[in-house]
Order: sequence, then structure tokens, then C-alpha cells
Amino acid sequence: MKLKRGIPLIDQHDQYGFWGGKFGGSFIPETLKKPVDDLTNEFKKLRKDKKFLKKRDYYFKNYIGAPTSFVKLNNLTNQLGGAQIWAKVVSEANGGAHKIYNATVHALICKAMGKKYIVGDTGAGYAGKMLSMAAKKFGLKCKIFMGAKDIKRQKPNCDAMRKNGAEIVPVFSGSQTLVDAVSECMRYWVSNCDNTHMCVGSTVGPNIFVKICGWSTAQISRELKLQLKSEFKKIPNKIKLINCVGGGSSAYGFWSEFIDYNKKKIELIGVEAGGPKKSKLHAAPLSRKTKIGILHGAASYVCQNKEGQINETESISAGLDYPGVSPMHCFLKDTKRARYTYATDEEALNAHQMVTKYENLNPSLEPSHAFAEAIKIAPKLSKDTIIIVNSCGDAKKDRDILRERLGIK
Amino acid sequence: MSSLINQAFQNARNENRPALLTYTVAGDNTKKKSLEILKSISNHADICELGFPHNTPIADGGQIQTSAYRAIKNGIKINDVFSIAKDFKKTKKNKPIILMGYYNMIFQYSENKFLEKCKKSKVDGLIVVDLPYPENKSFSTKCKKRGINFIQLVSPTTSKIRLKKIIKDSHDMVYYISMLSTTGGKLKVSSRKILERYSKIKNQNKSKNVVIGFGITEKTIKSLKKADGLVVGSAICKEITNSINRRQNTVTNVTSIVKRLKNKIK
Repeated sequence: MKLKRGIPLIDQHDQYGFWGGKFGGSFIPETLKKPVDDLTNEFKKLRKDKKFLKKRDYYFKNYIGAPTSFVKLNNLTNQLGGAQIWAKVVSEANGGAHKIYNATVHALICKAMGKKYIVGDTGAGYAGKMLSMAAKKFGLKCKIFMGAKDIKRQKPNCDAMRKNGAEIVPVFSGSQTLVDAVSECMRYWVSNCDNTHMCVGSTVGPNIFVKICGWSTAQISRELKLQLKSEFKKIPNKIKLINCVGGGSSAYGFWSEFIDYNKKKIELIGVEAGGPKKSKLHAAPLSRKTKIGILHGAASYVCQNKEGQINETESISAGLDYPGVSPMHCFLKDTKRARYTYATDEEALNAHQMVTKYENLNPSLEPSHAFAEAIKIAPKLSKDTIIIVNSCGDAKKDRDILRERLGIK
Repeated sequence: MSSLINQAFQNARNENRPALLTYTVAGDNTKKKSLEILKSISNHADICELGFPHNTPIADGGQIQTSAYRAIKNGIKINDVFSIAKDFKKTKKNKPIILMGYYNMIFQYSENKFLEKCKKSKVDGLIVVDLPYPENKSFSTKCKKRGINFIQLVSPTTSKIRLKKIIKDSHDMVYYISMLSTTGGKLKVSSRKILERYSKIKNQNKSKNVVIGFGITEKTIKSLKKADGLVVGSAICKEITNSINRRQNTVTNVTSIVKRLKNKIK
């Protein structure tokens, strides 16, 4: 299994959609074969279409607000000693998280395909909120599938979705979280694929959805590459790019331009959700030894039992609370290009507290997992090491959880 | 020698009616009960489909999901599914049984081991919901080698070219999904339309047995009786749920619904 150079990772799959011969694919019911093929062909066409690219860039700049800023966290750096800590503040994007890139692109594709309805899944509610925003912006009718448990714990985002005119469909099956929301959304698409476009909220699902999402979030690393060059004159020699990984859309987007670099120069570190310290449950398929399985139409490392039943997961952060992970991250793990670890709920909360105490930054619980790793390793590293954390979401949505766990208003 | 599946269709044809295929979930609501149900309904059904439940079923509607979750909750394991099939075959050795489920269960068991186990348990066929053509080619070949029917699915969205290829690659039976829906949806397409599409599939190769499934209930079954076979799943699972809720005998209730279904297509 080998990574190729000079080819975007999203295109390094075989004819059946597998990365490294075993991750990804399209394990879908027959009914979805045609809509998935149609979407695949449309995307192939659109990504080469200059007009479409111009449109994308226009909305990325004027609607999403590209580029998001790249800042040094001086206080945190001084406090920890060791490596310099920087942040790519992706949470500045319209709506408050990286999910807006994928949502905007899907809305544009939906329009291009002449469909009027768009549906999507959501965990933390960001994917749903952004899809509802994009749907409103482009005049599409929108339905969001969301686990009943997540609806309760991410109320601010639900309010936003409703305000944007989207219908939230609560999902009561299974663990009532993201995994069930994705299943229910796919079921809905099976029944309505003739007039409805489906957006998968992360770099998961059948091959084409992994590709579209990765293609969309790659904007983050395109910006960062320019910002690094302008800040340091050239790409520095010791960089560590730290990103949380649930499905893996923000991590892929943060890394895509840098995968070709030597890992000694640019290390890629993915941080999964380790769950509560005292619980056996987690949402860390890459860093806590799981086997390959098929979930939601793709093969990836999956939290599952011996029989192949998908395990319940547990994490304080709804956005990372998912038993599977992007096939591209499985590929990056097995080729050893990226390193994956996890942070517990408690570590993420501590990191959130520390970052907000020293910096004018309010990372949500998802990137707080990445900050936890940065805080852990920074003191041991040299001063010329540049740690960059993708602060990919804003903590407004976590208001209720933070109040409960930390007493923060 | 012709497969038991082929023979079942031939028997029905001789009686001038479509074959009746039932779907129940192994272990719903217990291992023992599901075997009893299976044995009892097989007196009226021509072919029995037995689901091996998965907890992330992306193509199943509410009724079958409920049955699947119930079976898993009551502790059903994949080896229990095989033992149910094997037990069933001890007394009903000429009644074809088809296992149906999602690919991850097979993948975790390992394809070869799974198929060996099927063979030992005298399973006649397999339907894997999320392993479409052409990805299923190698698995389907493995099935054939062991004398197990791999059943291809086609749907209203299947293109002409694709249909040709799928039929060419199919074994004795092809499953036509009546409409764009998960299992157990309300039949939203007219029977005439469904049969029109059915004929197009059938005309590709008359020797293949083509069954129609999804949305078939006591109300709709009669209108589709021109098909080679008709599958009823959700309506049966729903009856199991209702019987449990009313604390009634699931075996008797499910058997009588299957009997009624059969009478409607005689």
C-alpha cells in the first residue's frame, strides 16, 4: 500500500472506489447505484468546468469568507514553553465551522443537477446548520436528519437550522446519534433519489461522497499553504498539523496540500474522541485498534463487535461521536503518513479551558481534542517547531455542555 | 439437477400461481420462536427468506428494523442463524431457504467461512443488500461454486445496460425492487407500472425466476400475481410486533397471515 505523489488523495482510489485496495468503495443498495453514478459523472464534469470553479471560488470568498485567518497563539506558546503554537481559525467561516465548504459545494451541485430538494445528516449540528444555510441561500428545500440525543445536546445549532427553514427529522433508532442519523438519511435517499440530492456531512459514505467532501474542505489547506509562505517566506522545516478526527473532513481539508511533503518536515496528527476517561466506549477507530468493517457504504476501520454489529460510541463532542472514519484516513494511517491518537472528554474540556483562558479563541469541543494533543506535546518540542491546530469549530453550540461541565456561562 | 429454488418456482407454475416468498428475521423475537415461525409458515410459503439482523440496516424500513433490533437485543448471533437454518432443513429438507442481510456480517465472518457454513446448513441462496453488481462478482462466483444461489437485485433505477449485465450474471432468481423505497414502504407505484417493468426484466431471459418485493401486503399482493414470485417481509414482521404487543401467539398469527396471502394468489 503506497501513497502517490502529485495526485490529490481523493483521486488515489481504484476503479471500484477503494483506497489502498481495501478502504472505501460503494457498498450501496441497487436503487442507489444510478443516483450515485449520476452524481459521480456530474462531479467529474463540474470539477473541470471553469464556470463552476469560478462560482465555487466566488461563494467561498464572498459567502463563506475565505481566507480564514492564521494566527500565532502567543500566550499559549509562552505558557507551555517549547514549540510555537499557531491556529488556523476555520471557525471564522460563515456559520462557525468548516462544514460550510462541503454544504456550499453540495448545494451548488444540487442546483447544477436540477434537483430542488436536499437532505443531509448531522451530529454536532454544524453539518446540518450549514446545509440549511446553503439551502436557503440557493433556494433549495432542506431536510436534516439528526439523532434525538444530539438534538437535545446541540440545541443552538437546531435553532439555527429551523430559523433557516430546514425541517429537522429526529432519529430515534439505535444510539440516537450521528450513526443513526446517517443511516436514516440514506434510507430517505433510497426512497426519494429521483428528485432529491443527498449531502453526506463528512468524508465518509460511498466513494463519491468522500471525494466531494474532501474536494470542498481542501480549501483550508490551500489557504494555509499561502499563509505559511507569506508568514515565514517559505514552508518551515518542522511543522505539525494537528486536527481532530470524527469522520475526518476537516482533517483531510487541513492536510490535503501537505500530504506530499516528507513526514519529518510536516507531521500530520489526527486526534480522535477517546470518550469519558472511565468509560470503555469511545469513538476512536483509528487509534484504539479496531478492525475493518463496512459502515454506511464504505469500508473503514470501524468500532464494531466480532459479529460485525456496529458499536455504540461515546464522546462529549457530538461531531466526533461516530463509529467509522474516512477511508482516506485509514489509508493515511496504514501508509503511516499520518499519526492518529485520541484525547478523552476530560482532556478536551481542560484544553478548551486553557485555550479560552489564554487566547481570544473559543474552539468547540471537537477541535479542543486537537488542542489537547498540542498542549501535551508542545513543551517537549523545540522552539522552531511550528504546531498548527485547525480550530475548525466555534463553541457557541456547546454552550449547554460547557455550562454543565465547567460552569461556564 | 435443478436447484430447490428452481423447483419451488416450477411447482408454483404448475399450480398456475406465483411462488410466495416470506421474509422473517432470525431470532425474532427469540431463537426458538423464530424457528417455530419459520417451520409453521413454510407449510404455506414456497421459499423462506431468513434475515440475519444487522444494527445499521441502510435499506430497511421501520418494520424490519424493529424486528432486527429486537432479535439482536435478544442475543441472536450469526452462528444461531446458521443453526436455525440447519434445524429447519432437518424437517423441511425440500423447502428452499435464503439468507438475507448486509455485507459486513459476511465480511467479519470471512466470505469463505460464511459460505462453507451456509453449505453445511443447507442454505439454498443468499441476498446481500449492500453488495451490488459488479462489486459482487467474485462473491457471486464463490457462491456458485458451492451450489448456493446468489440472488441479484434490480430496481426501477437500474439502467438498461446494467440490467442486461446483471441478468447475465444472475443465477436462478432475480429480485425486482418494486419502487424507490426502503422495505415496507407504501406501494407508491401502480401495479400496472410495476408489472410493465417486471416484463422488461423477465423478457431478458425467460429462464430466470423474477420475483417482486417491497411494499407487498395482503392488500396489494393479488394485483401482482402475474410475477414468478412475490416477497412479503414487512407485513409479516409487523404482525410479529403486533402479536408481541398484544401478548398473542406469534406463530399462529403469522401463520394465518401467510395463509391468507397464499389464498389471495391461488
